[in-house]
Amino acid sequence: MDYTNEMLLEIESQSRNEGFARMVVAGFVAQLDPTIEEIADIKTAVSEAVTNAIIHGYNNGQGKIKVFCKICNHEVYIEVRDSGVGIEDIEKAMEPLYTTRPELERSGMGFAFMEAFMDDLEVISKVGEGTIVKMKKVIH
Amino acid sequence: MEKKENKPKNMSILQLREGVKADFEIINKCLVIKLKEELDHHNALTIREQSDKLISGKNIKDIIFDFTGSDFMDSSGIGVIMGRYKKVIFTGGKVAVTGVNQGVDRIFRLSGLYKIIHKFDTIEEAVKEFNS
Repeated sequence: MDYTNEMLLEIESQSRNEGFARMVVAGFVAQLDPTIEEIADIKTAVSEAVTNAIIHGYNNGQGKIKVFCKICNHEVYIEVRDSGVGIEDIEKAMEPLYTTRPELERSGMGFAFMEAFMDDLEVISKVGEGTIVKMKKVIH
Repeated sequence: MEKKENKPKNMSILQLREGVKADFEIINKCLVIKLKEELDHHNALTIREQSDKLISGKNIKDIIFDFTGSDFMDSSGIGVIMGRYKKVIFTGGKVAVTGVNQGVDRIFRLSGLYKIIHKFDTIEEAVKEFNS
């Protein structure tokens, strides 16, 4: 029989919630007994997605961010959703080193890290409606 | 009866929860930034501001980011280190990181940052190298 479990976290778009969001997800995933490295990977990926929602999705303004997390056997599925401005050109946004906010010292490595640290990454976005980042990782 | 100090409660909560993000020390012309918090977007702004004040005001040549007290960094941290690197490179300065754990080390390797910054185990080793 399949083992499943899920959780949903809703937070204000505030930078101080970045650390909170990655701790919550790391805590939830702990039931799969991941390695330190796997936990670090997941924390980084969540941090990048939530930071993107705050800076780009809501342009440092107000809004809500939803972090949905589901475990199915040894697989973790994470979804970070905002109702912000959306991404015009997803392909371009995902290019390593590409950033729309160099003045904020953004490195443009966010999506590259999510891609590198997770097994699967999908970005769905609509201008004016928001962005959903879907990520998967198998815990060995 | 003792009178309670009259200060807005929310303010005190803000101050409580926003601890010191980093300790700063200047050894010769080298600024040592001893991180005490995770280097993410939230903490990046403060650390950046405090560092830049010292870099421009104290005739700083080299910079060391010490991660002994910090166990996490994401792409926002890359931005902070790149930004400081750009400030000192033109005057022949160098940037080093020390005390990095496995997770932070992977971020540096993956981002290619080790091509321009140096890694040492301890602050002492980095200072010695910069002064030689």
